[in-house]
Amino acid sequence: MLTIKNLHANIDDKAILKGINLQVNPGEVHAIMGPNGSGKSTLANVLVGREEYQITQGEVRFEDQDLLNMAPEERARAGIFLAFQYPVEIPGVSNINFLKAALNNVRAARGLAKLDAIDLLQQVKDKMQQVKMNPDFLYRSVNEGFSGGEKKRNEVLQMLLLEPKLALLDETDSGLDIDALKIVADGVNALRSPERAIVLVTHYQRLLDYIVPDFVHVLSGGQIIKSGDKNLALELEQQGYGWLTEARA
Amino acid sequence: MAATQPQLTNLLSQEYQHGFVTDIETDTLPPGLNEEVVRTISAKKNEPEFMLEYRLKAYRHWLTMTPPDWAKLKIEPIDYQAITYYSAPKFKKDAPKSLDEVDPELLRTYEKLGIPLKEQEMLAGIAVDAVFDSVSVATTFKSKLAEKGVIFCSFSEALQEHPELVKKYLGTVVPHTDNFFAALNAAVFSDGSFCYIPKGVRCPMELSTYFRINAKSSGQFERTLIVAEEGSYVSYLEGCTAPMRDENQLHAAVVELIALENAQIKYSTVQNWYPGDKEGRGGIYNFVTKRGICRGKQAKISWTQVETGSAITWKYPSVILEADNTIGEFYSVALTNNLQQADTGTKMIHIGKNTRSTIISKGISAGHGQNSYRGLVKVLKNAQHARNYTQCDSLLLGSRCGAHTFPYIEVKNPTAQIEHEASTSKISEDQLFYCRQRGMGIEDAVSMIVNGFCKEVLKELPMEFAVEAQKLLGISLEGSVG
Ligand SMILES: Nc1ncnc2c1ncn2[C@@H]1O[C@H](COP(=O)(O)OP(=O)(O)O)[C@@H](O)[C@H]1O
Ligand SMILES: [Mg+2]
Repeated sequence: MLTIKNLHANIDDKAILKGINLQVNPGEVHAIMGPNGSGKSTLANVLVGREEYQITQGEVRFEDQDLLNMAPEERARAGIFLAFQYPVEIPGVSNINFLKAALNNVRAARGLAKLDAIDLLQQVKDKMQQVKMNPDFLYRSVNEGFSGGEKKRNEVLQMLLLEPKLALLDETDSGLDIDALKIVADGVNALRSPERAIVLVTHYQRLLDYIVPDFVHVLSGGQIIKSGDKNLALELEQQGYGWLTEARA
Repeated sequence: MAATQPQLTNLLSQEYQHGFVTDIETDTLPPGLNEEVVRTISAKKNEPEFMLEYRLKAYRHWLTMTPPDWAKLKIEPIDYQAITYYSAPKFKKDAPKSLDEVDPELLRTYEKLGIPLKEQEMLAGIAVDAVFDSVSVATTFKSKLAEKGVIFCSFSEALQEHPELVKKYLGTVVPHTDNFFAALNAAVFSDGSFCYIPKGVRCPMELSTYFRINAKSSGQFERTLIVAEEGSYVSYLEGCTAPMRDENQLHAAVVELIALENAQIKYSTVQNWYPGDKEGRGGIYNFVTKRGICRGKQAKISWTQVETGSAITWKYPSVILEADNTIGEFYSVALTNNLQQADTGTKMIHIGKNTRSTIISKGISAGHGQNSYRGLVKVLKNAQHARNYTQCDSLLLGSRCGAHTFPYIEVKNPTAQIEHEASTSKISEDQLFYCRQRGMGIEDAVSMIVNGFCKEVLKELPMEFAVEAQKLLGISLEGSVG
């Protein structure tokens, strides 16, 4: 589904990604871990087409398309979703209007008709229940004045509604208490299916207690320095990253 | 946003949508202005003597005045002798008595603009007065309004049917000496709308005037007078468009609102005059004097404006809070794109006790657009416990445009409470990207963010107008981010 080959990316002429290789197939859940500043968010942002990053080498294919040549909205419409590490506030734009615009654009790309207001509300409210969000949030401005946890749940709500083929979650678990963490995990697990793939960027093993990954990768210094199964995450939890990064140095 | 450049170029070429010209026979005076022209206009309209005298007084005063130069606007000098001061569609008889007599070509123009004048096709609940170039061509729903005693007609008709009312109120809020453009208007205004709401009547529908400039090198000088008697209520809407022309056209209107005790006037404008092309050729020069007075206690006047058109906008809808406990409000969205310039704001003059005013101004600049807010809050000596709240936000799209804020505050009474908040922000890449990552195209995303920015103002507009205004903001901004 997603094939990343020898991907290099810079920001302001500083090399951040230095040769990433990764294969993600339908039905799989991958966890990407690694120290602060290792390039995890950069990787996620490059995949969704953030324009500040310059791609200097490499190739990314999504299904049969050359991903790096697609505009951000085309990638979204093709079924790639990123739950942002820092969701943005949009004053004056109600959550429901935002969701409607997003959903109708994505639906149009799938050849589906626009949802009318009643169907839309029904769908949205169902998903809100899943992430235990109060319907009042629909009429508030997008993310404005939301707590950290509420923003993250709002990301998961959008993800559930848009039903992406490939969901990228960038530290969606950071700063959540245990109840909120479970809600987020339940949301992600609900999306899991043989046709979809999920890539979780996380610092903490504890999320992986709830969402069990098929693969765990360690990203450090802009490269994937080790890959394994869920046990790798447990090792990292006990020993930190030092033994890996030092071994390479 | 290099990747999206071709897309942007496409969008930039999106043209003004109301730019067509109506081919119609007109009765047009040759260009130029002198006393004879003023007399001719008055004679053509068969006006009462007082009106002619008023016009002449204004004209003579205008000759002594110079155009204002304090606004932050770059304006080519205007040749007032090159302008045509009267242009009217030719009717078979005198004025059309009913819609059946109106030239079908004219009706089609309004239909193209989305303003059907046939009553049965109208949006229920809105009466329209359509002003084409200098004259009012049709006023709908008159009889229904008459049942309630509401007078809603063209200014010319009011001069024939209700001269005493016009005489009593004309020029009492905006005197002919007020400013250069108001004086010019008083001398040569050709038509406009008149509306009178009797005591205790809540006007049963929205009243609306639709202004259209069609004729070449004609100026449009219309005059609107709204009188709300004690305890009455009226909501009034004004819309404007013009064809695309290479030369600039002058629009200098005067609007006077009078609210008596416990009366309420809500005046909304969606101004979409032709803004000129990308190089700044053509477009309407819009110099408008709008002012309301709260003459009786507890009266309330609100101005809501969405200004997206015109090459130049010079406009300060104001409220004189003369009586005690009166309220003035000003909600404004002004958008400038390409080479448009806007200098707009309001004046709130607190005279009575416990008077309150609210000013919410949202300026949006894109392209090379220059957008200035200019507002005066004045509290006079006897205005005990006056209160004003001003919020003035600017949004910049791109780096070649400008936003400027000029607040003037004059307080002569120590009990006054004045609050002023201002902000300038850029539309953020993060916000845009967030929307795009959720599948929205750039133009939809910009339009959504801008509409969000304007929400506090748009929510003041009547429903149908709000939808129109939202679309307009989107269209006016297309291609402006890059
Ligand atoms: N916009 C930016 N400008 C400059 N440096 C950046 C920017 N974004 C990220 N970086 C740098 O790139 C490196 C990787 O950052 P990031 O991908 O956010 O790491 P992670 O998500 O793994 O913590 C860091 O050194 C960070 O400082
Ligand atoms: Mg990160």
